[in-house]
Amino acid sequence: MKIVCRCEDITEEDIVEAIKKYNCQTLNELKQVLRLGMGPCQGRTCLPIAARILARETGKSMEEIMPQTSRPPVIPVALYMVSEDEG
Amino acid sequence: MKDKADVVIIGAGINGCALAYELSKRGKDVVVIDRKHIAAGATGRCGAGVRQQWSTKENAILAKKSVEIFERLNEELDADIDFRQGGYLIAIHSEEEMEQAKKNVEMQRSIGLPVRIIDREEIKEIVPILDPDGMEAIAATFNPTDGHADPFRTAYAYAMAAIRHGATFYKFTEAKAIKTEDGKVKSVVTNRGEIRTNVVVNAAGAWSSMVAKMAGLEIPNKPVRKEALVTEPIKRIFDAMVISFKHGIYFSQMSQGQILGGIPSPEEKVGYYTEPTFSFLQRMAYMLGKYAPVLKHINILRQWTGFYDVTPDALPVLGEDERLEGFIHCHGFSGHGFMIAPMTARLLAQLITGEKLDLPIDRLNIKRFKGKIIKEKSVVG
Repeated sequence: MKIVCRCEDITEEDIVEAIKKYNCQTLNELKQVLRLGMGPCQGRTCLPIAARILARETGKSMEEIMPQTSRPPVIPVALYMVSEDEG
Repeated sequence: MKDKADVVIIGAGINGCALAYELSKRGKDVVVIDRKHIAAGATGRCGAGVRQQWSTKENAILAKKSVEIFERLNEELDADIDFRQGGYLIAIHSEEEMEQAKKNVEMQRSIGLPVRIIDREEIKEIVPILDPDGMEAIAATFNPTDGHADPFRTAYAYAMAAIRHGATFYKFTEAKAIKTEDGKVKSVVTNRGEIRTNVVVNAAGAWSSMVAKMAGLEIPNKPVRKEALVTEPIKRIFDAMVISFKHGIYFSQMSQGQILGGIPSPEEKVGYYTEPTFSFLQRMAYMLGKYAPVLKHINILRQWTGFYDVTPDALPVLGEDERLEGFIHCHGFSGHGFMIAPMTARLLAQLITGEKLDLPIDRLNIKRFKGKIIKEKSVVG
C-alpha cells in the first residue's frame, strides 16, 4: 500500500480505482471524488504524485494534467489574522 | 459519439445529473453533455446546505419534498451521499425581521415543517459556540429537519445511477448550437458532433442564458459571483447550519470537521470574474469571529468562487418553453439548486415523459416574467 495524500489518507490504489470507476481525466475530478489535496497541506505533497499516476493511467502528458486550480490563501492562516477590524 | 437521443441535457451539475437519473430510470435514452465535468460549476462550489425554511410556498414545498427524497437517497442510488439533519438556525435581528419570521414559520408549519422560533438561550443550546450579542440576534428560527449533504457525492451518485440505467455522459463536450425547425427542437451541435433529439434540457446553471440564446431564447438570468471558504478540520462542535439574511453569512461544520461558509463579498458583481478576493476573506473572518469568537484561532485552508444563477424573483425556471417545443428550462436556482434538485428532477422527468406531476410547476414557467413578480425573500450568501 502506497500512501499518496497524507492529509486525507489516500493510497495509490484508491486513485487508480477512482480513475477507472469515474473515468477521471483531471486532478479536479480526483479532488472531488477522493478529497485528494483538500487537507491542511492543500495538495503540495500529493498533487504532483497524483498527477503522475493520472498521466500513467490515462496516457496524457504531465503538461496536460498540471497545474490544477490552486486556492488561496496557499498556506493556512488563522481567521483573526485576516479579520477586517481586528487584524 | 452517439448521434441521437430521446433527451439531451446540457450541464452535469446536480440538476443535470439528477434529471438524467430520473429520466433513464423511466426508460428514456439520455445524453448529458458538459463543457467540463460533473459538479464543476455551482454544485461543486456550494455550501452543501439543505434548507426548507423559505418565504415562498413554492420553494418550501420543493425543498420539503426534496428532503423526503434525500432521506432515502442512499438506498435509492446505492451510494453514501452523507446526508445529515442537524437543522438550520436562522438569526432574527430586529422586530421587523421577527414579523417576517412569524409569517414564514406559520406558512412553513402549515406544510408540515417542525420549525419554531427560539430565544437567545436556546440559540446557545443548539450551537454552543454562538455569541447572540456578537450576532446581534434577538431570536432565531430553527428547523431540525434541515441539514446538509455532500454535493460531490450526491452529484456523482446520481450520475453513476443514471449510467447504470443506460444514460451517457460526455464530459469536456461543449454545446455550440441548438437547431430548431417549425418551432421544435431538432438537434444539439457540440464540439464533438451533432446529436439529434426532440428534447433538450437547459441545466447549464450560471451559463444558462448562453444556452438559451443558442435556441434563440432570451431569459432574464444573471450570473452573480459568490465566495466561500473552508477551515482546517476540528473536532465536532455543532451540527446546525447558521445563517443570517441581514449579514448574508452562512456557515456550518462539515462531516470531516471543517467549517465551511460564505458571505457577500464587497467586490461581488454580475459577470464571470472568478478570482477569489482578499476583501472577502477579511469580511468573512470578521463576521465569523463575531458569531462564534472561538473560531478566531482556527486556520483557513482555502477560499473559492462560484456563481449563483439568479432570476428576478430568485425562484427557479422550470418547464417547457411555450415558444419552442422540446426546450426544457431547468435553471435559475438563485443559490439553492442543490437542495431542491431531487424533487425538481423528479417533476421535470414526469413532465418530459408525460406522467402526472406530483406538484404543479406552472408558476415556475419562464412565461411568469411577463407578469407581476413575487420575490423569494429568504436568500443568503
